[in-house]
Amino acid sequence: MLGRLSWAAIPFDVPVVMIAAGSVGFVIVCVLALVTVKGWWPYLWREWITSVDHKRIGVMYIILALLMLVRGFSDALLMRSQLALAAGHAQGYLPPEHYDQIFSAHGTIMIFFVAMPFIVGLMNFVLPLQLGVRDVAFPVLNSVSFWLTAAGVLLVNMSLVIGEFARTGWLAYPPLSEVAYSPGVGVDYYLWSLQISGLGTLLSGINLTTTILKLRAPGMGYSRMPIFCWTALASNLLIVASFPILTATFAMLLLDRYCDFHFFTNEFGGNPMMYINLIWSWGHPEVYILILPAFGVFSEVVATFSGKPLFGRRSMVVATMAICVLSFMVWLHHFFTMGAGADVNGFFGIMTMIIAVPTGVKIFNWLFTLYGGRIRFTVPVYWAIGFMVTFVIGGMTGVLMAIPPADFVLHNSLFLIAHFHNVAIGGVVFGVMAGISYWFPKAFGFTLNERLGKAVFWCWFIGFYLAFMPLYALGLMGATRRMQHYSDTHWQPFMLVALAGAVLILLGIVLTGVQLAVSIRQRERHRDMTGDPWNGRTLEWSTPSPPPPWNFSLLPQVRRPDAFWGMKQQPNPAQQRTSHRTYETIHIPRNNAAGFYLACFAVLLGFSLIWRIWWGAGLGILGAIAVGLVQAWRTDGEIAMSAEQVMAFDRLHGAKEPAA
Amino acid sequence: MIGRFAHDLGVPDRCNQCQPTPCCSPRDAHSMLVRMISIASSAMLVASCHEGVLDPHGPVGKAERVILYDSTVIMLAVVIPVIVLTLVFAWWFRAKNKRAQYRPDWEYSGRIEMIVWSIPALVILFLGGIAWTGSHDLDPSQELKDSAAPLDIEVISLDWRWLFIYPNEGIASLNRLVVPSGVPLRFRLTSTTVMNSFFLPQLGSQIYTMPGMISRLNLKADQTGTFQGLSAQFSGDGFSDMRFDLVSVRADEFKEWVTSTKIHGGLLDATTFTDLAKPAKAENPQTYAEVTEGLFDSISSSHTAANPLPQGN
Amino acid sequence: MSATEQALVNSDTVPLSLRGPAATRVVAGYGFWLFLLSDIVIFAALFAAYAVLSGETAWGPTGVALFDKKHVLIETACLLTSSVTCGFGSLAVQSADRSSTYFWMAITFILGASFLSLEVTEFRHMLAIGARPSRSAFLSAFFTLVGTHGLHVSIGLAWLVVMLLQVATLGFQPMVSRRFFCFGLFWHALDIVWIGVFTIVYLGAH
Repeated sequence: MLGRLSWAAIPFDVPVVMIAAGSVGFVIVCVLALVTVKGWWPYLWREWITSVDHKRIGVMYIILALLMLVRGFSDALLMRSQLALAAGHAQGYLPPEHYDQIFSAHGTIMIFFVAMPFIVGLMNFVLPLQLGVRDVAFPVLNSVSFWLTAAGVLLVNMSLVIGEFARTGWLAYPPLSEVAYSPGVGVDYYLWSLQISGLGTLLSGINLTTTILKLRAPGMGYSRMPIFCWTALASNLLIVASFPILTATFAMLLLDRYCDFHFFTNEFGGNPMMYINLIWSWGHPEVYILILPAFGVFSEVVATFSGKPLFGRRSMVVATMAICVLSFMVWLHHFFTMGAGADVNGFFGIMTMIIAVPTGVKIFNWLFTLYGGRIRFTVPVYWAIGFMVTFVIGGMTGVLMAIPPADFVLHNSLFLIAHFHNVAIGGVVFGVMAGISYWFPKAFGFTLNERLGKAVFWCWFIGFYLAFMPLYALGLMGATRRMQHYSDTHWQPFMLVALAGAVLILLGIVLTGVQLAVSIRQRERHRDMTGDPWNGRTLEWSTPSPPPPWNFSLLPQVRRPDAFWGMKQQPNPAQQRTSHRTYETIHIPRNNAAGFYLACFAVLLGFSLIWRIWWGAGLGILGAIAVGLVQAWRTDGEIAMSAEQVMAFDRLHGAKEPAA
Repeated sequence: MIGRFAHDLGVPDRCNQCQPTPCCSPRDAHSMLVRMISIASSAMLVASCHEGVLDPHGPVGKAERVILYDSTVIMLAVVIPVIVLTLVFAWWFRAKNKRAQYRPDWEYSGRIEMIVWSIPALVILFLGGIAWTGSHDLDPSQELKDSAAPLDIEVISLDWRWLFIYPNEGIASLNRLVVPSGVPLRFRLTSTTVMNSFFLPQLGSQIYTMPGMISRLNLKADQTGTFQGLSAQFSGDGFSDMRFDLVSVRADEFKEWVTSTKIHGGLLDATTFTDLAKPAKAENPQTYAEVTEGLFDSISSSHTAANPLPQGN
Repeated sequence: MSATEQALVNSDTVPLSLRGPAATRVVAGYGFWLFLLSDIVIFAALFAAYAVLSGETAWGPTGVALFDKKHVLIETACLLTSSVTCGFGSLAVQSADRSSTYFWMAITFILGASFLSLEVTEFRHMLAIGARPSRSAFLSAFFTLVGTHGLHVSIGLAWLVVMLLQVATLGFQPMVSRRFFCFGLFWHALDIVWIGVFTIVYLGAH
């Protein structure tokens, strides 16, 4: 009746899990109770859950990512504390069966449910505004993408309480991930939650690529498009081209596990090496999917706060698209040690180095954007400078490991761990934090508290170095990754320093929450009255903060790159924008619950498949089809805002009076 | 220390127009940071020089260390100036510095473009050469150029122990690899269950062990001594205990050990192997006096057959 | 945009990239093209897996022994013809001709369903003689590649039924025409994939 599900699936005998689950459950119940008591459900349903507005969806992605950052970081703290304790004969407090799930969950959550939603959320919020248009190409699909990602999040977190998670590492290599060696539900939780959220990501990639290529303000040719849009384009093209590989590969592993197929099994001709090739053909583009928009954020931030255009704009674009293409040609560097031979290893080593060239070019271009500028040291600039200093170190260690014989002694060591955290934190996280503090006033109408923002930066910056520089040393000392304990007691001091770094980063995360609370309380003091708190250069700063649902009452006419800067240089810029132009009716997409309902059925489908509850799975599929059919017959998808209403809104906000 | 870095000059945050925000004294932060980093990194470098990858005891590891050092130095020649320039430019062109020349329209320079593309390209050209020649010179499957005749060793990774078979001597050893020093070691490796990676940090390159496949590795221990070995590819719950020792002894001591093993060791045939292959952690080293011929070959090729191997959890 | 602005940006002297946001019909088609490309990447991965595993028969049945080229030829004829009839159906949709639309799309459906039933027959025969996907890696790869294509055809047929119902209930409004256009792209793309399948899998069997 309930497949393999039984009460035995809940780990009542593991206190750590029960306490964690209990606390989270308690918080969730409190939040739901608060929302109910205050009568906020209609507001939440109307303004957020069923919203198809890219700005709302972008914010929801970021909230989701922040929540999962807490979960993924808790895993990190568990790992760091375990390793700080488990030296010599000590076994620490986390036995291998749990430790293996923790590091697998840590990697999976950080990549798929923190980094990806952060980046997709930023792109969602910013792109239509920077492109000078009203929304993305497919607003309802956008909502579907978000809710499918949330469905994946729910499934992964359910594995903490009901059943177990994968014990294979975040990429689940076979044969370890095959049924023979992972007979439980852990790998199934991993595979289904990633298939569901992966579909959401793919749809997002299609949506945003179409938006960038087909929906831009009049006059915005490719050479006038903001650099963040270019990096987003490269990233989304990579999503469209690489995520299907992930889908196909996971489908093959699922067929192996569920239907006794033999793609990657040890017997009957299966080939585990093929999995590794396929998964990294996705995996390498994935890291560029994450980093390219972060590079875009830094380009915008450095240019804006230097008061200068980005140096070498054209070569930045060329470098971005070069990285996009090259990222498909380097995947073997993730397994030089699998014995491919000197020619193959050499080829991929060289290709990996070639991709470092356009990345290096970007660093220099940011450097020369600073040169001759008048730099204002706001919080985003702190993140940008911190990034430039930190990322080059990570890049250096990456190029080092691109040399096959060097990789032969560093592969899978803590040196590798330090390298990819170096570029992931120094690049992606710093970029996201810069982007959030940069665009926050646009989204919410007030700036974040600067002093706390700088404190957050310093916690992350110093915390990062404390946490990961010792790992570089440990890797050189022969320490490998995914150890649950180690015998060399003189590694322990390094582990303790790393734990201290992690605690400092924890402080940074806590302070982020404090900053948010304080900023909300101080919001009247820090209202953004003009829509342009930073003297920005791109079109999003020409809208009120927050922008109306339709973004632009009149689509801007773009005549040059840094379009808004150009407009501001003209005499009477406000008049320029609106004179000689007539307001027209604007059609705004209506709210749509399809995304939310689809995600509910996706969770039912995923959970049922994991536990082999076949009738539940059938119900999930039928429900999804039903939602699709209802959507197909929907003919009232838009609301019309009359020209008078739009004009009235403009007058209200153009008057520069405080909002009522 | 936090306070010193995180202090702010209490600027009101009402940045409706571009209010220049005084920074929190980046110069102080900068020099303190530089000092901190130098101390920390020297400490770490000193610590890591005495073990592991930076303390090789074989020709492969030594060649790889040379590559590590040379490449790092070459890249630091670019990375350190970049970091310094970043901090210098950020400091010099801060908004409050009226002495800095503000060039609001300067966004292109052909000369700088050329340099900016050339520097990374040249570095990469050089390192690419190292990558190509290094890949070939240090290809794990390539036999070492040595006057001594190589010793053949067959390695099977089990869950979660290492089995070493000496095909020419007809013996085997579990979790302990005894070898003569100064003799090239010619490894053929496979796995019974899942992927592992055979790694001796102080001897050099690692190589994956994969079921149904044979990988090859060539190493040498220059001197006598005991060197740590491990698996570098996660393989399940017993992974952290999957350690072994490589004990490098003089040639005569090695002969003695072989003879003694042939007298005192156990039997390793298909049946005992099946028992051995059951999942277990951290076993004490054992030796085997008799090994069925062709055992390694049959293990490494048995996956294409219709009869699967003994399955472990 | 105002009428004058519209006229300006639509003039032939203005490059396409500067004309402002494209029309819904263009946007929908473009997005669907991108989706199709991503679908083709899925097939590419399955083709790659097939290429790697095609020789791994584990002493079981091989492709040469199993495949009936005549059978496949008839399947191919059905599918390729259905593309032609789908083309005629698309023309009917464009001219908002209800009866022609029903006629040509019905034939498309019948041909597609014939393809599917022939494929199901082939699979059932293989399963009956023990050439199951769990028999060998080659068979796993075969069933997955060809089966995924068949799954897409099934989804296409279901979609076609829905589209015909939409014509019946909603008429030829822009939304319906756009969706027919996307369906046409989908159906023709499946043809292209099938050409890959029968060349690499059936003709290339060893």
